[in-house]
Amino acid sequence: MNALTTVRLLLPELILLITGFVVVGVDLLRRRNDEGRSAAFIAVVGLLLAALAALALGLSGTAEIAAFTMAVDAYALFFKAATAIGIALVVIASVGYMAGRSRYLGEYYALLVFAALAISLAVSATNLVLVYLGIEFLSITSYVLAGYLREDKRSEEAAVKYFLYGATAGAVMLYGISLLYGATGSVDLVAVDQALQASGSSWLLGIVAIILLLVGFGFKASLVPFHQWAPDTYDGAPTPITAFLSTASKAAGFAVAGRVLITALPDFIDAWTALLAVLSMLTMSVGNLIALRQTSVKRMLAYSSIAHAGYILLGLAAIGVQEPFNGVNGLLIYIFAYLFTNVGAFMVVQAIEQHSGSNDLQAFAGLIKRSPGLALMMTLFLLSLAGIPPTAGFIGKFYVFAATVQQNLLVLAAVAVINAVIAAAYYLNVVRYMFFIETEEEKPVAIKPSLNAVLLINTVMVLVIGIVAQPFIAWASESVNMVIAAGF
Amino acid sequence: MVPTAYVLVLSAVLFTIGAVGVLVRRNALIIFMCVEMMLNAVNLSLVALSNQWGNLTGQIFVFIVMAVAAVEVAIGLAIVMAIVRHKDTTNVDEINLLKW
Repeated sequence: MNALTTVRLLLPELILLITGFVVVGVDLLRRRNDEGRSAAFIAVVGLLLAALAALALGLSGTAEIAAFTMAVDAYALFFKAATAIGIALVVIASVGYMAGRSRYLGEYYALLVFAALAISLAVSATNLVLVYLGIEFLSITSYVLAGYLREDKRSEEAAVKYFLYGATAGAVMLYGISLLYGATGSVDLVAVDQALQASGSSWLLGIVAIILLLVGFGFKASLVPFHQWAPDTYDGAPTPITAFLSTASKAAGFAVAGRVLITALPDFIDAWTALLAVLSMLTMSVGNLIALRQTSVKRMLAYSSIAHAGYILLGLAAIGVQEPFNGVNGLLIYIFAYLFTNVGAFMVVQAIEQHSGSNDLQAFAGLIKRSPGLALMMTLFLLSLAGIPPTAGFIGKFYVFAATVQQNLLVLAAVAVINAVIAAAYYLNVVRYMFFIETEEEKPVAIKPSLNAVLLINTVMVLVIGIVAQPFIAWASESVNMVIAAGF
Repeated sequence: MVPTAYVLVLSAVLFTIGAVGVLVRRNALIIFMCVEMMLNAVNLSLVALSNQWGNLTGQIFVFIVMAVAAVEVAIGLAIVMAIVRHKDTTNVDEINLLKW
């Protein structure tokens, strides 16, 4: 493979890398304080270009290995495009939020771009070394971003909790990787699979390695019981970063888990699907039950985000080869729909927070009279989170639930449906506050234009995915075909 | 030469000591040192396995892990420093603004 082909295949990563450095450079060179606007602008352009490059590569049906360690296939490109778009939205939303809170804005935007680069590397990795590197790269940028408001004690606490859990989870995952290397003598995912098959792989070793790897992936995806950091970090971190951590960063965990389990450990499919089914049930039940009794909307959304990790995991637990619900395509659709829904919901919280300084349920009271537009958008996002048609969330839920039914995992499907009902209760409680609870506050919520743009984009996307679902479903299904076919 | 199995057992013991330390110690810095111990336990087993398989993958991996650990130290100490400026403590039980 010549250098030019490699450059073409790695174009999204190269764009992100260059953008990251340019953002830092521009911030150093600027003369007057523009509150990070120029840096944010460059970051958004770079992220969107990277997303376009990934989309173009994906649509041209590329499926190659670049630099011996990176699979440039539809599966990876789907996640690259989706997360780059998600992070671009987070960057735009940060402009109004971070300006008064921190003086070091160039680095902030650069770190977000580098986080996108880390996700790109992780989702492409076909090599356990790069899997580890990609996840740690993402974790380390995320620690800094979570603790970015150095004067805010809550932000610092969010960072230290995230960091201590993350460092431990990373070490445990690394031990799992070393076990796989010890059993096979290789770190390439395909070679690991072949060596395990050839040696009549030891059952016990496989299970232990899978559990240890899942600690690392589960930490990123905030699966119970590796979720303890998540509520505190989501609550304390700057709100745009919470939106990033609960969507793009989470998507990376699922993407890597999917590729590693399907490509390197298909022999153990019965073991890991059973394990994932249990984790999935635990994750959604714990997330939803604790979310029920939250009075802060930001914290409620944090727990709801844990519960959603459980639903997303259904896709992997119910993996199969039958059309049209092979599980993994449900996982992709769910993540794509969830990206816009959850970023949107956190952005409404951010608008309220900036207006009233509080993210309590009470701050949402009577919103329909004060800012009807905002209240209606929040209602839409909450309906989408609850999975009610015609929103994006419904399509995602439909695909993962259908996969569990098709795989005859009826207990799992029943638990998921009960959880969806519990979740609807606390989502609708917020709607109740916005529409029916009276308040003395009468001022409409002032929304920064940048935040308004993000809210509008999210609203449109939630409706578009919900109503014209077909192209997105086709995109997700085509993205997983190769990975599934190669694994089974 | 020391058989690989011995090294792997030593590595597992070190890893366990590190993991138990993370769970029982309450000082953020000591927790962090225990994490480093877990990483180095893995490094030890990677070197031994690399020798066993006769390829250099494990050795290269060790270098990468060391680099990642160094970056983690830099970020981790910065975060702990920021906490100490606010609260004058490294005890994780006292870092409790956010709960439930």
